[in-house]
Amino acid sequence: MTTPKLVVDHVGKRFTTKNGQVVALEQTSFSVMEGEFVTILGPSGCGKSTLLRVVAGLEEPSSGHVYVDGKEIHGPGPDRGMVFQSYTLYPWLTVEDNITFGLQLRGISRKERREVAQHYLELIGLKGFEKHYPIQLSGGMKQRVAIARALANDPEILLMDEPFGALDAQTRAIMQEILLKVWEETKKTILFITHDVEESIFLGDSIYVMTARPGRLKKNIKVPLPRPRDYHYKNSPEFLALKQELLELIREESLKAVKP
Amino acid sequence: MWKNVFTPKKEIAKPLYTGAGITTFLLLLAIWSVLSYGGFVNPLFLPSPGQIVRTAVDMFQSGDILGDIGISFSRVALGFLLAALIGVPLGILMGTLRIVEGAFEPIIGFIRYMPASAFIPLFILWIGLGESEKMAVIFFGTFFQLTLMVMDVTKNVQTELIEVSYTLGANRFQLFSRVILPASLPGIVDTLRITFGWAWTYLVVAELVGASDGLGYMIMQASRFLKPDKVIIGIIIIGLLGLLMDLLFKAIYRASFSWMRKEGS
Repeated sequence: MTTPKLVVDHVGKRFTTKNGQVVALEQTSFSVMEGEFVTILGPSGCGKSTLLRVVAGLEEPSSGHVYVDGKEIHGPGPDRGMVFQSYTLYPWLTVEDNITFGLQLRGISRKERREVAQHYLELIGLKGFEKHYPIQLSGGMKQRVAIARALANDPEILLMDEPFGALDAQTRAIMQEILLKVWEETKKTILFITHDVEESIFLGDSIYVMTARPGRLKKNIKVPLPRPRDYHYKNSPEFLALKQELLELIREESLKAVKP
Repeated sequence: MWKNVFTPKKEIAKPLYTGAGITTFLLLLAIWSVLSYGGFVNPLFLPSPGQIVRTAVDMFQSGDILGDIGISFSRVALGFLLAALIGVPLGILMGTLRIVEGAFEPIIGFIRYMPASAFIPLFILWIGLGESEKMAVIFFGTFFQLTLMVMDVTKNVQTELIEVSYTLGANRFQLFSRVILPASLPGIVDTLRITFGWAWTYLVVAELVGASDGLGYMIMQASRFLKPDKVIIGIIIIGLLGLLMDLLFKAIYRASFSWMRKEGS
């Protein structure tokens, strides 16, 4: 058996507030294999974003360790690309310069950057938009560019924090298909956070369900759907059965969060 | 045309909006004319609009006023430039590094409430009556506000924008040069526009003592010799210069930050 791409080892996170300590994340362990698409499903406020931020290195864990390719991480780095829910494109840069921002930081030549940008623009279906500024793009387009920007930097793992959470239902469905296509072509390891049950099934090889705060992993479910997937699978009996099961699990947790 | 005129927050026809502005100006001119031409006020206190125009033409023909404008402009510009050269970098550092904010925010927040004019006697004692004393007043009047405003602008850079830059491999220096600076630049230019306007309002105070030329001096002299027409002209010129610089900054802003507009160019 090969070593996993990402290992989260007994990671816990406490915050100190005015009212004392708050446990955002109980000790959590799991691993993600190379090329795997793992989704983490949880009710809002369950600490799933905290978990992702710890993996990204944007938060220090209160306990435990995170390893990428067997090496412990300290702080953020280009080996873990990140896509946020809020729009985080650099508004003063064109689409092309946004995508190649990481390459420019490393001093890659303009010619090479242009080639990389073209490749990813094609992948996300935004060819012809290289000279546009973010303000001229729709929400879905912005998130596609954000995905391309993270991938152009060639990270070991792509971390996505509800990247389609701010989009309308129709756009979100299309974005999910585009992301699957991108994942199939690049074979990147992806850790994807969502509170949307359908999204977690449609995208993931494997789903981790989280409990309400304090967050911990409640259940791991392998998704039995074949690859490549298209949106028709959302109506298949396997999909609907899994959706039903997950909805029950999440409902239980959401209720706990509403009336503690 | 008159639709929505009294509906809160509704857009109205463009000519109506422009017309309202012009009407206010004309109304002011009308009141002024009635008071002065109608003989309600002694011309020694309020000269007529015609008198103002005649004096202005005289002043520009003799050319003295042009020298005053030039010298005042350079005082305001230099004093302000010095404030910006120190205030902008300091403000950026204060907005990004908590330790710099901790060190400077309390003292700047304290000094900015002290009136610049009250410091004039000290400035004279410390640096004499020359040009530097005038620049010091302009500097003192703008530096502290400017620095705090730049700090606020820098603080408002979206946290996620900084975090995503780290995940793209940016180091701390690159974070300043490639993210925080370009992200704050529009706000900084806007801050400079506003504070440069304030710099003009300190001009008269700066030229109150120990000056022998400049618009502020001209106004003080005119007041001493009871020439209200010259005082009014001086005030109007300062206002116009301030407005002109404001428009210039707005043009720079529009030309530099096309990425902030949907149409792109």
